[in-house]
Amino acid sequence: MSGKPIDGPPPLLLTGTPGERRRRLVDKLMTLLARLAAWLAVAVLAIVVGSVFVKGIGAFNLDFLTKNPVPFGQTGGGIADSIVGTAILVALATVMAVPIGFLIAIYTSEFARPSVANTVRFALDILNGIPTIVIGIFVFGVLVAGHTQSGFAGAVALAIVMLPLTARSAHEVLTLFPSSLREAGLALGLKRWRIVLRIMLPTAAGGLITGVVLGIARIAGETAPLLFTTSIFSNFGITTNVSQALPNIPVTIFTLSESPSPADHEQAWAAALLLILMVLILSVVARTFHERSRNRLRG
Amino acid sequence: MILSRIRQRNKQNSASSPDTSAADQAVPADAPREGAGHPVTVEGLHAYYGKSEALKGIDIEFEANRVTAIIGPSGCGKSTLIRCLNRMHEVTPGAHAEGKVKLGDVDIYGAGVDVTTVRRVIGMVFQKANPFPTMSIFDNVAAGLKLGGVRGENLRDRVHRSLRSVGLWDEVKDRLDTPGIGLSGGQQQRLCIARTIAVEPEVILMDEPASALDPASTLKIEELMDELKARYTIVVVTHNMQQAARVAATTAFMLNGELIEHGPTSEIFTNPKDERTERYVTGKFG
Repeated sequence: MSGKPIDGPPPLLLTGTPGERRRRLVDKLMTLLARLAAWLAVAVLAIVVGSVFVKGIGAFNLDFLTKNPVPFGQTGGGIADSIVGTAILVALATVMAVPIGFLIAIYTSEFARPSVANTVRFALDILNGIPTIVIGIFVFGVLVAGHTQSGFAGAVALAIVMLPLTARSAHEVLTLFPSSLREAGLALGLKRWRIVLRIMLPTAAGGLITGVVLGIARIAGETAPLLFTTSIFSNFGITTNVSQALPNIPVTIFTLSESPSPADHEQAWAAALLLILMVLILSVVARTFHERSRNRLRG
Repeated sequence: MILSRIRQRNKQNSASSPDTSAADQAVPADAPREGAGHPVTVEGLHAYYGKSEALKGIDIEFEANRVTAIIGPSGCGKSTLIRCLNRMHEVTPGAHAEGKVKLGDVDIYGAGVDVTTVRRVIGMVFQKANPFPTMSIFDNVAAGLKLGGVRGENLRDRVHRSLRSVGLWDEVKDRLDTPGIGLSGGQQQRLCIARTIAVEPEVILMDEPASALDPASTLKIEELMDELKARYTIVVVTHNMQQAARVAATTAFMLNGELIEHGPTSEIFTNPKDERTERYVTGKFG
Protein backbone atom coordinates (compact mmCIF):
# COMPACT_ATOMS: atom_id res chain seq x y z
CA MET A 1 0.00 0.00 0.00
CA SER A 2 2.33 2.76 1.10
CA GLY A 3 5.76 2.47 -0.27
CA LYS A 4 7.46 2.24 3.11
CA PRO A 5 8.65 -1.26 4.06
CA ILE A 6 7.56 -2.52 7.52
CA ASP A 7 10.23 -4.52 9.34
CA GLY A 8 9.06 -6.69 12.16
CA PRO A 9 5.78 -6.57 14.10
CA PRO A 10 4.23 -3.20 14.96
CA PRO A 11 5.42 -1.70 18.27
CA LEU A 12 3.29 -2.52 21.37
CA LEU A 13 1.31 0.28 22.96
CA LEU A 14 1.09 -0.26 26.72
CA THR A 15 -0.31 3.15 27.62
CA GLY A 16 -3.87 1.96 27.37
CA THR A 17 -6.90 3.00 25.41
CA PRO A 18 -9.17 5.88 26.57
CA GLY A 19 -11.57 3.31 28.01
CA GLU A 20 -8.65 1.82 29.94
CA ARG A 21 -7.86 5.14 31.61
CA ARG A 22 -11.46 5.63 32.70
CA ARG A 23 -11.58 2.15 34.17
CA ARG A 24 -8.40 2.84 36.09
CA LEU A 25 -9.93 5.97 37.60
CA VAL A 26 -13.05 4.10 38.63
CA ASP A 27 -10.86 1.43 40.20
CA LYS A 28 -8.95 4.05 42.21
CA LEU A 29 -12.21 5.67 43.30
CA MET A 30 -13.78 2.42 44.47
CA THR A 31 -10.63 1.47 46.38
CA LEU A 32 -10.69 4.88 48.04
CA LEU A 33 -14.36 4.53 48.99
CA ALA A 34 -13.80 1.04 50.42
CA ARG A 35 -10.89 2.32 52.46
CA LEU A 36 -12.97 5.26 53.76
CA ALA A 37 -15.77 2.90 54.76
CA ALA A 38 -13.37 0.73 56.72
CA TRP A 39 -11.92 3.77 58.47
CA LEU A 40 -15.45 4.97 59.22
CA ALA A 41 -16.24 1.71 60.99
CA VAL A 42 -13.10 1.93 63.06
CA ALA A 43 -13.85 5.61 63.72
CA VAL A 44 -17.32 4.85 65.05
CA LEU A 45 -15.83 2.33 67.47
CA ALA A 46 -13.15 4.81 68.46
CA ILE A 47 -15.72 7.58 69.03
CA VAL A 48 -17.96 5.37 71.17
CA VAL A 49 -15.11 4.00 73.25
CA GLY A 50 -13.44 7.40 73.37
CA SER A 51 -16.47 9.36 74.57
CA VAL A 52 -17.37 6.76 77.19
CA PHE A 53 -13.78 6.83 78.31
CA VAL A 54 -13.64 10.60 78.54
CA LYS A 55 -16.94 10.90 80.36
CA GLY A 56 -16.41 7.97 82.66
CA ILE A 57 -12.75 8.03 83.59
CA GLY A 58 -13.38 10.75 86.16
CA ALA A 59 -15.42 8.48 88.38
CA PHE A 60 -13.44 5.36 87.52
CA ASN A 61 -11.29 4.66 90.56
CA LEU A 62 -10.56 1.98 93.11
CA ASP A 63 -13.42 3.06 95.37
CA PHE A 64 -15.78 2.82 92.43
CA LEU A 65 -14.81 -0.79 91.89
CA THR A 66 -14.67 -1.92 95.48
CA LYS A 67 -17.27 0.02 97.47
CA ASN A 68 -20.98 -0.45 97.65
CA PRO A 69 -23.46 2.28 96.67
CA VAL A 70 -24.25 4.91 99.30
CA PRO A 71 -27.82 6.04 100.16
CA PHE A 72 -29.32 8.74 97.99
CA GLY A 73 -27.91 12.19 98.52
CA GLN A 74 -24.46 11.16 99.68
CA THR A 75 -21.46 11.13 97.37
CA GLY A 76 -18.88 8.46 96.93
CA GLY A 77 -19.49 4.78 96.98
CA GLY A 78 -19.19 2.45 94.06
CA ILE A 79 -20.81 -0.41 92.22
CA ALA A 80 -19.06 -3.34 93.83
CA ASP A 81 -22.38 -5.07 94.45
CA SER A 82 -23.33 -4.74 90.78
CA ILE A 83 -19.98 -6.14 89.67
CA VAL A 84 -20.40 -9.17 91.91
CA GLY A 85 -24.00 -9.54 90.80
CA THR A 86 -23.14 -9.46 87.11
CA ALA A 87 -20.39 -11.99 87.66
CA ILE A 88 -22.82 -14.35 89.40
CA LEU A 89 -25.54 -13.90 86.78
CA VAL A 90 -23.12 -14.47 83.90
CA ALA A 91 -21.52 -17.49 85.57
CA LEU A 92 -24.88 -19.07 86.31
CA ALA A 93 -26.16 -18.40 82.79
CA THR A 94 -22.98 -19.89 81.31
CA VAL A 95 -23.27 -23.03 83.42
CA MET A 96 -26.84 -23.45 82.18
CA ALA A 97 -26.36 -22.59 78.52
CA VAL A 98 -22.98 -24.11 77.63
CA PRO A 99 -23.61 -27.82 78.32
CA ILE A 100 -26.95 -27.70 76.52
CA GLY A 101 -25.43 -25.70 73.66
CA PHE A 102 -22.57 -28.18 73.27
CA LEU A 103 -24.92 -31.15 73.33
CA ILE A 104 -27.09 -29.54 70.66
CA ALA A 105 -24.00 -28.85 68.54
CA ILE A 106 -22.76 -32.44 68.94
CA TYR A 107 -26.18 -33.72 67.95
CA THR A 108 -26.55 -31.53 64.86
CA SER A 109 -22.99 -32.06 63.63
CA GLU A 110 -22.49 -35.74 64.43
CA PHE A 111 -25.68 -37.69 64.95
CA ALA A 112 -28.66 -36.03 63.31
CA ARG A 113 -29.84 -36.60 59.76
CA PRO A 114 -29.24 -33.50 57.62
CA SER A 115 -32.94 -32.60 57.50
CA VAL A 116 -33.31 -32.80 61.27
CA ALA A 117 -30.06 -30.92 61.80
CA ASN A 118 -31.18 -28.12 59.50
CA THR A 119 -34.51 -27.79 61.28
CA VAL A 120 -32.83 -27.55 64.66
CA ARG A 121 -30.38 -24.97 63.39
CA PHE A 122 -33.17 -22.95 61.86
CA ALA A 123 -35.02 -22.96 65.17
CA LEU A 124 -31.86 -21.77 66.88
CA ASP A 125 -31.46 -18.98 64.37
CA ILE A 126 -35.01 -17.82 65.06
CA LEU A 127 -34.37 -17.97 68.80
CA ASN A 128 -31.27 -15.89 68.22
CA GLY A 129 -33.33 -13.25 66.48
CA ILE A 130 -36.00 -12.88 69.14
CA PRO A 131 -35.66 -9.45 70.79
CA THR A 132 -34.16 -9.82 74.23
CA ILE A 133 -36.98 -7.78 75.72
CA VAL A 134 -39.40 -10.47 74.60
CA ILE A 135 -37.26 -13.09 76.28
CA GLY A 136 -37.27 -10.91 79.38
CA ILE A 137 -41.05 -10.70 79.42
CA PHE A 138 -41.33 -14.44 78.82
CA VAL A 139 -39.12 -15.31 81.77
CA PHE A 140 -40.99 -12.71 83.81
CA GLY A 141 -44.27 -14.47 83.06
CA VAL A 142 -42.90 -17.90 83.89
CA LEU A 143 -40.63 -17.31 86.84
CA VAL A 144 -41.34 -13.90 88.35
CA ALA A 145 -45.06 -13.18 88.10
CA GLY A 146 -46.72 -14.38 91.25
CA HIS A 147 -43.41 -14.63 93.10
CA THR A 148 -40.58 -12.14 93.37
CA GLN A 149 -37.73 -11.17 91.15
CA SER A 150 -34.66 -13.32 91.50
CA GLY A 151 -31.13 -13.59 90.25
CA PHE A 152 -31.97 -17.08 89.12
CA ALA A 153 -34.68 -15.79 86.80
CA GLY A 154 -32.23 -13.25 85.41
CA ALA A 155 -29.69 -15.99 84.80
CA VAL A 156 -32.29 -18.11 83.01
CA ALA A 157 -33.14 -15.17 80.75
CA LEU A 158 -29.47 -14.63 79.96
CA ALA A 159 -29.00 -18.35 79.33
CA ILE A 160 -31.81 -18.29 76.76
CA VAL A 161 -30.00 -15.45 74.98
CA MET A 162 -26.67 -17.29 75.16
CA LEU A 163 -27.92 -20.70 74.04
CA PRO A 164 -28.22 -20.17 70.27
CA LEU A 165 -24.87 -18.34 70.19
CA THR A 166 -23.04 -21.17 71.91
CA ALA A 167 -24.78 -23.90 69.93
CA ARG A 168 -24.14 -22.21 66.60
CA SER A 169 -20.45 -21.47 67.16
CA ALA A 170 -19.83 -24.94 68.61
CA HIS A 171 -21.55 -26.46 65.58
CA GLU A 172 -19.30 -24.48 63.23
CA VAL A 173 -16.21 -25.64 65.08
CA LEU A 174 -17.28 -29.28 65.15
CA THR A 175 -18.15 -29.42 61.45
CA LEU A 176 -14.63 -28.21 60.72
CA PHE A 177 -13.27 -31.27 62.47
CA PRO A 178 -11.30 -33.28 59.89
CA SER A 179 -13.16 -36.41 58.84
CA SER A 180 -9.83 -38.26 58.59
CA LEU A 181 -9.56 -38.11 62.38
CA ARG A 182 -13.13 -39.27 62.84
CA GLU A 183 -12.41 -42.21 60.53
CA ALA A 184 -9.21 -42.99 62.43
CA GLY A 185 -11.24 -43.26 65.62
CA LEU A 186 -13.95 -45.37 63.99
CA ALA A 187 -11.41 -47.71 62.40
CA LEU A 188 -9.96 -48.39 65.85
CA GLY A 189 -13.31 -49.77 66.90
CA LEU A 190 -14.23 -46.87 69.16
CA LYS A 191 -17.83 -45.99 69.87
CA ARG A 192 -19.18 -42.68 68.49
CA TRP A 193 -19.62 -41.04 71.90
CA ARG A 194 -16.09 -41.98 72.92
CA ILE A 195 -14.75 -40.41 69.75
CA VAL A 196 -16.74 -37.22 70.39
CA LEU A 197 -15.77 -36.86 74.02
CA ARG A 198 -12.14 -37.97 74.00
CA ILE A 199 -10.95 -36.98 70.53
CA MET A 200 -13.21 -34.35 68.97
CA LEU A 201 -13.87 -32.11 71.96
CA PRO A 202 -10.23 -31.87 73.11
CA THR A 203 -9.08 -31.14 69.55
CA ALA A 204 -11.77 -28.52 69.05
CA ALA A 205 -11.40 -27.09 72.55
CA GLY A 206 -9.90 -23.78 71.44
CA GLY A 207 -12.71 -22.97 69.05
CA LEU A 208 -15.33 -24.07 71.56
CA ILE A 209 -13.87 -21.84 74.24
CA THR A 210 -13.83 -18.95 71.79
CA GLY A 211 -17.55 -19.39 71.24
CA VAL A 212 -18.22 -19.46 74.98
CA VAL A 213 -16.14 -16.35 75.63
CA LEU A 214 -17.91 -14.44 72.86
CA GLY A 215 -21.23 -15.54 74.33
CA ILE A 216 -20.16 -14.25 77.72
CA ALA A 217 -19.13 -10.94 76.18
CA ARG A 218 -22.56 -10.65 74.64
CA ILE A 219 -24.69 -11.41 77.68
CA ALA A 220 -22.56 -9.43 80.11
CA GLY A 221 -24.15 -6.26 78.80
CA GLU A 222 -27.68 -7.44 78.04
CA THR A 223 -30.15 -5.19 79.83
CA ALA A 224 -33.66 -6.04 78.66
CA PRO A 225 -33.76 -9.59 80.03
CA LEU A 226 -32.68 -8.30 83.41
CA LEU A 227 -35.10 -5.39 83.57
CA PHE A 228 -38.00 -7.70 84.24
CA THR A 229 -36.29 -10.29 86.31
CA THR A 230 -33.69 -8.72 88.54
CA SER A 231 -33.99 -4.96 88.60
CA ILE A 232 -35.55 -4.06 91.95
CA PHE A 233 -32.88 -4.46 94.57
CA SER A 234 -33.80 -4.41 98.20
CA ASN A 235 -30.55 -3.62 99.94
CA PHE A 236 -27.34 -1.88 99.06
CA GLY A 237 -24.66 -4.41 99.59
CA ILE A 238 -22.93 -7.35 98.01
CA THR A 239 -25.31 -10.24 97.96
CA THR A 240 -24.96 -13.67 96.43
CA ASN A 241 -28.45 -14.91 97.11
CA VAL A 242 -29.83 -15.87 93.74
CA SER A 243 -33.34 -16.28 95.02
CA GLN A 244 -33.50 -12.53 95.36
CA ALA A 245 -32.93 -9.85 92.76
CA LEU A 246 -29.21 -9.37 92.26
CA PRO A 247 -27.79 -5.95 91.48
CA ASN A 248 -26.07 -5.92 88.12
CA ILE A 249 -24.14 -3.49 85.94
CA PRO A 250 -26.54 -2.90 83.01
CA VAL A 251 -29.56 -2.15 85.21
CA THR A 252 -27.39 -0.03 87.47
CA ILE A 253 -26.29 2.05 84.48
CA PHE A 254 -29.95 2.55 83.67
CA THR A 255 -31.03 3.60 87.16
CA LEU A 256 -27.99 5.80 87.72
CA SER A 257 -28.64 7.64 84.48
CA GLU A 258 -32.25 8.30 85.54
CA SER A 259 -31.19 9.77 88.86
CA PRO A 260 -31.26 13.58 89.33
CA SER A 261 -27.78 13.66 90.87
CA PRO A 262 -24.90 14.49 88.50
CA ALA A 263 -22.54 12.39 90.62
CA ASP A 264 -24.73 9.44 89.76
CA HIS A 265 -24.49 10.30 86.07
CA GLU A 266 -20.73 10.23 86.27
CA GLN A 267 -20.90 6.83 87.87
CA ALA A 268 -23.20 5.66 85.07
CA TRP A 269 -20.56 6.62 82.52
CA ALA A 270 -17.90 4.89 84.56
CA ALA A 271 -20.00 1.74 84.71
CA ALA A 272 -20.44 1.90 80.94
CA LEU A 273 -16.67 2.21 80.60
CA LEU A 274 -16.27 -0.86 82.77
CA LEU A 275 -18.61 -2.84 80.53
CA ILE A 276 -16.73 -1.82 77.41
CA LEU A 277 -13.43 -2.79 78.98
CA MET A 278 -14.86 -6.20 79.91
CA VAL A 279 -16.06 -6.79 76.35
CA LEU A 280 -12.70 -5.69 74.91
CA ILE A 281 -10.70 -7.97 77.19
CA LEU A 282 -13.00 -10.94 76.57
CA SER A 283 -12.77 -10.41 72.81
CA VAL A 284 -8.97 -10.38 72.92
CA VAL A 285 -8.99 -13.55 75.02
CA ALA A 286 -11.36 -15.20 72.54
CA ARG A 287 -9.12 -14.23 69.64
CA THR A 288 -6.05 -15.75 71.32
CA PHE A 289 -7.81 -19.06 71.91
CA HIS A 290 -9.06 -19.10 68.33
CA GLU A 291 -5.54 -18.64 66.93
CA ARG A 292 -4.12 -21.34 69.16
CA SER A 293 -6.74 -23.90 68.23
CA ARG A 294 -6.37 -23.16 64.52
CA ASN A 295 -2.64 -23.71 64.69
CA ARG A 296 -3.19 -26.96 66.58
CA LEU A 297 -5.47 -28.44 63.96
CA ARG A 298 -3.08 -27.53 61.18
CA GLY A 299 -0.45 -29.62 62.93
CA MET B 1 -17.71 -65.60 68.85
CA ILE B 2 -15.41 -62.79 67.85
CA LEU B 3 -16.10 -61.32 71.29
CA SER B 4 -15.00 -64.50 73.05
CA ARG B 5 -11.77 -64.53 71.07
CA ILE B 6 -11.07 -61.01 72.21
CA ARG B 7 -11.72 -61.95 75.82
CA GLN B 8 -9.31 -64.87 75.53
CA ARG B 9 -6.58 -62.68 74.11
CA ASN B 10 -6.99 -60.08 76.83
CA LYS B 11 -6.65 -62.76 79.50
CA GLN B 12 -3.45 -64.08 77.93
CA ASN B 13 -1.94 -60.62 77.86
CA SER B 14 -2.69 -59.70 81.45
CA ALA B 15 -1.36 -63.04 82.66
CA SER B 16 1.93 -62.70 80.88
CA SER B 17 2.94 -59.03 81.20
CA PRO B 18 6.73 -59.09 81.45
CA ASP B 19 8.92 -56.66 83.38
CA THR B 20 10.03 -54.58 80.43
CA SER B 21 12.41 -52.37 82.37
CA ALA B 22 14.76 -55.27 83.03
CA ALA B 23 14.02 -57.37 79.99
CA ASP B 24 13.91 -54.60 77.41
CA GLN B 25 15.77 -56.43 74.69
CA ALA B 26 14.70 -59.88 75.80
CA VAL B 27 11.00 -59.50 75.00
CA PRO B 28 10.69 -60.71 71.47
CA ALA B 29 8.75 -58.20 69.45
CA ASP B 30 7.50 -60.85 67.12
CA ALA B 31 6.40 -63.49 69.61
CA PRO B 32 3.84 -65.64 67.83
CA ARG B 33 0.31 -65.09 69.07
CA GLU B 34 -2.21 -67.76 69.50
CA GLY B 35 -5.15 -67.35 67.18
CA ALA B 36 -3.12 -65.43 64.65
CA GLY B 37 -4.18 -65.60 61.06
CA HIS B 38 -7.75 -65.88 59.92
CA PRO B 39 -8.74 -65.74 56.29
CA VAL B 40 -11.30 -63.23 55.09
CA THR B 41 -13.84 -64.62 52.67
CA VAL B 42 -16.05 -62.35 50.60
CA GLU B 43 -19.22 -63.84 49.12
CA GLY B 44 -21.49 -62.00 46.74
CA LEU B 45 -20.61 -58.51 47.98
CA HIS B 46 -22.53 -55.62 46.46
CA ALA B 47 -21.85 -52.09 47.62
CA TYR B 48 -23.86 -48.97 46.87
CA TYR B 49 -23.48 -45.24 47.23
CA GLY B 50 -27.12 -44.29 47.28
CA LYS B 51 -28.51 -45.81 44.09
CA SER B 52 -25.18 -46.16 42.32
CA GLU B 53 -23.62 -49.62 42.50
CA ALA B 54 -19.90 -49.48 43.18
CA LEU B 55 -19.24 -53.20 43.74
CA LYS B 56 -21.12 -55.57 41.47
CA GLY B 57 -20.84 -58.91 43.20
CA ILE B 58 -17.38 -59.72 44.54
CA ASP B 59 -16.27 -63.21 45.55
CA ILE B 60 -12.74 -63.54 46.86
CA GLU B 61 -10.78 -65.10 49.68
CA PHE B 62 -7.89 -63.30 51.35
CA GLU B 63 -5.64 -66.00 52.73
CA ALA B 64 -4.49 -65.99 56.34
CA ASN B 65 -0.99 -64.73 57.14
CA ARG B 66 -0.43 -63.52 53.60
CA VAL B 67 -0.31 -60.11 51.99
CA THR B 68 -2.88 -59.72 49.23
CA ALA B 69 -2.71 -56.67 46.98
CA ILE B 70 -5.69 -55.15 45.20
CA ILE B 71 -4.80 -53.22 42.09
CA GLY B 72 -6.83 -51.45 39.45
CA PRO B 73 -7.42 -48.04 37.85
CA SER B 74 -8.96 -45.12 39.74
CA GLY B 75 -12.62 -45.62 40.44
CA CYS B 76 -12.57 -49.40 40.02
CA GLY B 77 -13.88 -49.95 43.54
CA LYS B 78 -10.77 -51.14 45.35
CA SER B 79 -11.12 -48.60 48.17
CA THR B 80 -14.83 -49.40 48.41
CA LEU B 81 -14.02 -53.10 48.70
CA ILE B 82 -11.47 -52.64 51.43
CA ARG B 83 -13.80 -50.34 53.34
CA CYS B 84 -16.47 -53.00 53.22
CA LEU B 85 -14.11 -55.43 54.89
CA ASN B 86 -14.27 -53.54 58.19
CA ARG B 87 -17.70 -52.01 57.71
CA MET B 88 -16.34 -48.49 57.23
CA HIS B 89 -18.23 -48.25 53.96
CA GLU B 90 -21.52 -47.73 55.76
CA VAL B 91 -20.09 -44.70 57.60
CA THR B 92 -20.48 -42.67 54.40
CA PRO B 93 -23.99 -41.16 54.35
CA GLY B 94 -26.25 -43.05 51.99
CA ALA B 95 -23.84 -45.94 51.52
CA HIS B 96 -24.74 -49.56 52.20
CA ALA B 97 -23.52 -53.05 51.36
CA GLU B 98 -25.12 -56.44 50.81
CA GLY B 99 -23.58 -59.86 50.85
CA LYS B 100 -21.28 -61.73 53.18
CA VAL B 101 -17.84 -60.98 54.51
CA LYS B 102 -16.61 -63.78 56.72
CA LEU B 103 -13.72 -63.57 59.12
CA GLY B 104 -12.92 -67.21 59.65
CA ASP B 105 -16.45 -68.51 59.68
CA VAL B 106 -18.25 -65.52 61.21
CA ASP B 107 -20.10 -63.17 58.87
CA ILE B 108 -19.32 -59.64 59.97
CA TYR B 109 -22.53 -58.45 58.34
CA GLY B 110 -24.52 -61.05 60.26
CA ALA B 111 -27.33 -60.23 62.62
CA GLY B 112 -26.28 -59.43 66.18
CA VAL B 113 -22.70 -58.55 65.27
CA ASP B 114 -21.38 -55.43 67.00
CA VAL B 115 -19.88 -53.07 64.43
CA THR B 116 -17.31 -51.51 66.74
CA THR B 117 -16.00 -54.94 67.70
CA VAL B 118 -15.63 -55.80 64.02
CA ARG B 119 -13.56 -52.68 63.52
CA ARG B 120 -11.33 -53.53 66.44
CA VAL B 121 -10.68 -56.98 65.05
CA ILE B 122 -10.21 -55.78 61.48
CA GLY B 123 -7.96 -52.74 61.61
CA MET B 124 -7.33 -50.12 58.96
CA VAL B 125 -4.44 -47.86 57.99
CA PHE B 126 -5.30 -44.89 55.78
CA GLN B 127 -3.58 -43.25 52.86
CA LYS B 128 -2.73 -40.10 54.73
CA ALA B 129 -1.37 -40.68 58.23
CA ASN B 130 -3.91 -39.39 60.73
CA PRO B 131 -2.46 -39.36 64.25
CA PHE B 132 -4.62 -37.59 66.81
CA PRO B 133 -3.20 -34.07 67.02
CA THR B 134 -3.84 -33.40 70.69
CA MET B 135 -2.23 -36.64 71.86
CA SER B 136 1.37 -37.61 72.54
CA ILE B 137 3.09 -40.51 70.75
CA PHE B 138 2.31 -42.78 73.67
CA ASP B 139 -1.32 -41.68 73.88
CA ASN B 140 -1.79 -42.11 70.15
CA VAL B 141 -0.69 -45.74 70.24
CA ALA B 142 -2.68 -46.26 73.43
CA ALA B 143 -5.84 -44.59 72.09
CA GLY B 144 -7.60 -47.76 71.00
CA LEU B 145 -6.60 -49.52 74.22
CA LYS B 146 -7.29 -46.75 76.72
CA LEU B 147 -10.64 -45.86 75.31
CA GLY B 148 -11.45 -49.58 75.40
CA GLY B 149 -10.65 -49.93 79.10
CA VAL B 150 -7.06 -51.24 79.29
CA ARG B 151 -4.99 -49.66 82.05
CA GLY B 152 -1.68 -49.54 83.86
CA GLU B 153 1.22 -51.94 83.33
CA ASN B 154 -0.62 -53.90 80.70
CA LEU B 155 -1.23 -50.71 78.74
CA ARG B 156 2.41 -49.64 78.87
CA ASP B 157 3.67 -53.04 77.77
CA ARG B 158 1.33 -53.23 74.83
CA VAL B 159 2.21 -49.72 73.67
CA HIS B 160 5.94 -50.44 73.87
CA ARG B 161 5.49 -53.74 72.09
CA SER B 162 3.56 -52.06 69.26
CA LEU B 163 6.18 -49.39 68.80
CA ARG B 164 8.86 -52.08 68.64
CA SER B 165 6.87 -54.05 66.10
CA VAL B 166 6.75 -51.14 63.69
CA GLY B 167 10.40 -50.26 64.15
CA LEU B 168 9.69 -46.89 65.75
CA TRP B 169 10.88 -47.72 69.24
CA ASP B 170 14.49 -46.65 68.85
CA GLU B 171 13.48 -43.41 67.18
CA VAL B 172 10.92 -42.31 69.76
CA LYS B 173 11.68 -44.09 73.02
CA ASP B 174 13.05 -40.91 74.57
CA ARG B 175 10.16 -38.72 73.55
CA LEU B 176 7.01 -40.75 74.07
CA ASP B 177 5.31 -37.71 75.60
CA THR B 178 5.86 -35.37 72.69
CA PRO B 179 2.96 -34.72 70.28
CA GLY B 180 2.31 -37.39 67.68
CA ILE B 181 2.10 -34.83 64.91
CA GLY B 182 5.70 -33.77 65.54
CA LEU B 183 7.01 -36.81 63.64
CA SER B 184 7.91 -36.97 59.97
CA GLY B 185 5.39 -38.29 57.43
CA GLY B 186 6.85 -41.77 57.33
CA GLN B 187 7.12 -41.93 61.11
CA GLN B 188 3.53 -40.74 61.47
CA GLN B 189 2.32 -43.50 59.21
CA ARG B 190 4.26 -46.09 61.22
CA LEU B 191 2.75 -44.54 64.34
CA CYS B 192 -0.71 -45.10 62.86
CA ILE B 193 0.21 -48.71 62.11
CA ALA B 194 1.41 -49.10 65.71
CA ARG B 195 -1.90 -47.64 66.88
CA THR B 196 -3.77 -50.14 64.75
CA ILE B 197 -1.85 -53.22 65.90
CA ALA B 198 -1.92 -52.16 69.55
CA VAL B 199 -5.50 -53.37 69.78
CA GLU B 200 -4.33 -56.68 68.34
CA PRO B 201 -6.60 -57.18 65.37
CA GLU B 202 -6.73 -60.29 63.24
CA VAL B 203 -6.59 -58.48 59.92
CA ILE B 204 -4.90 -55.28 58.84
CA LEU B 205 -6.35 -53.38 55.90
CA MET B 206 -4.14 -50.81 54.23
CA ASP B 207 -5.55 -48.27 51.80
CA GLU B 208 -2.55 -47.05 49.77
CA PRO B 209 -0.47 -46.69 52.93
CA ALA B 210 2.70 -45.41 51.28
CA SER B 211 1.34 -43.29 48.42
CA ALA B 212 1.96 -40.05 50.33
CA LEU B 213 5.49 -41.00 51.41
CA ASP B 214 8.99 -40.65 50.01
CA PRO B 215 10.78 -43.76 48.68
CA ALA B 216 12.84 -44.36 51.83
CA SER B 217 9.76 -44.34 54.06
CA THR B 218 7.88 -46.43 51.51
CA LEU B 219 10.56 -49.07 51.72
CA LYS B 220 10.28 -49.13 55.52
CA ILE B 221 6.52 -49.59 55.31
CA GLU B 222 6.89 -52.41 52.81
CA GLU B 223 9.42 -54.20 55.02
CA LEU B 224 6.97 -53.77 57.89
CA MET B 225 4.20 -55.41 55.87
CA ASP B 226 6.46 -58.37 55.29
CA GLU B 227 7.17 -58.77 59.01
CA LEU B 228 3.59 -58.24 60.10
CA LYS B 229 2.16 -60.93 57.87
CA ALA B 230 3.52 -63.56 60.26
CA ARG B 231 0.89 -62.48 62.76
CA TYR B 232 -1.87 -60.91 60.71
CA THR B 233 -3.74 -61.25 57.47
CA ILE B 234 -2.96 -58.20 55.38
CA VAL B 235 -4.88 -56.67 52.50
CA VAL B 236 -3.26 -53.77 50.66
CA VAL B 237 -4.80 -51.47 48.08
CA THR B 238 -2.18 -49.95 45.87
CA HIS B 239 -1.88 -47.84 42.77
CA ASN B 240 1.70 -48.90 42.40
CA MET B 241 2.12 -52.16 40.55
CA GLN B 242 5.78 -52.46 41.45
CA GLN B 243 4.80 -52.23 45.10
CA ALA B 244 2.27 -55.03 44.64
CA ALA B 245 4.98 -57.13 43.07
CA ARG B 246 7.30 -56.43 45.98
CA VAL B 247 5.02 -57.09 48.92
CA ALA B 248 2.15 -59.35 47.91
CA ALA B 249 2.07 -63.08 47.34
CA THR B 250 -1.38 -62.80 45.81
CA THR B 251 -2.86 -59.99 43.75
CA ALA B 252 -6.40 -59.19 42.70
CA PHE B 253 -7.20 -56.96 39.73
CA MET B 254 -10.43 -54.96 39.75
CA LEU B 255 -12.15 -52.95 37.06
CA ASN B 256 -15.46 -51.05 37.17
CA GLY B 257 -16.63 -52.65 40.40
CA GLU B 258 -15.85 -56.19 39.32
CA LEU B 259 -13.10 -58.59 40.28
CA ILE B 260 -11.47 -59.49 36.99
CA GLU B 261 -8.67 -61.76 38.04
CA HIS B 262 -7.11 -63.04 41.23
CA GLY B 263 -4.02 -65.18 41.63
CA PRO B 264 -0.33 -65.39 42.51
CA THR B 265 1.34 -62.04 41.92
CA SER B 266 3.93 -63.38 39.53
CA GLU B 267 1.22 -64.89 37.32
CA ILE B 268 -0.87 -61.72 37.27
CA PHE B 269 2.06 -59.72 36.04
CA THR B 270 3.78 -62.12 33.69
CA ASN B 271 1.00 -64.38 32.50
CA PRO B 272 -2.44 -62.90 33.15
CA LYS B 273 -5.43 -64.91 32.06
CA ASP B 274 -7.75 -62.01 31.23
CA GLU B 275 -7.05 -59.61 28.40
CA ARG B 276 -8.10 -56.61 30.50
CA THR B 277 -5.61 -57.55 33.20
CA GLU B 278 -2.89 -57.80 30.61
CA ARG B 279 -3.73 -54.37 29.24
CA TYR B 280 -3.66 -52.82 32.71
CA VAL B 281 -0.40 -54.35 33.90
CA THR B 282 1.34 -53.44 30.70
CA GLY B 283 0.25 -49.87 31.16
CA LYS B 284 -2.11 -49.62 28.20
CA PHE B 285 -4.64 -47.88 30.41
CA GLY B 286 -5.26 -46.81 34.01
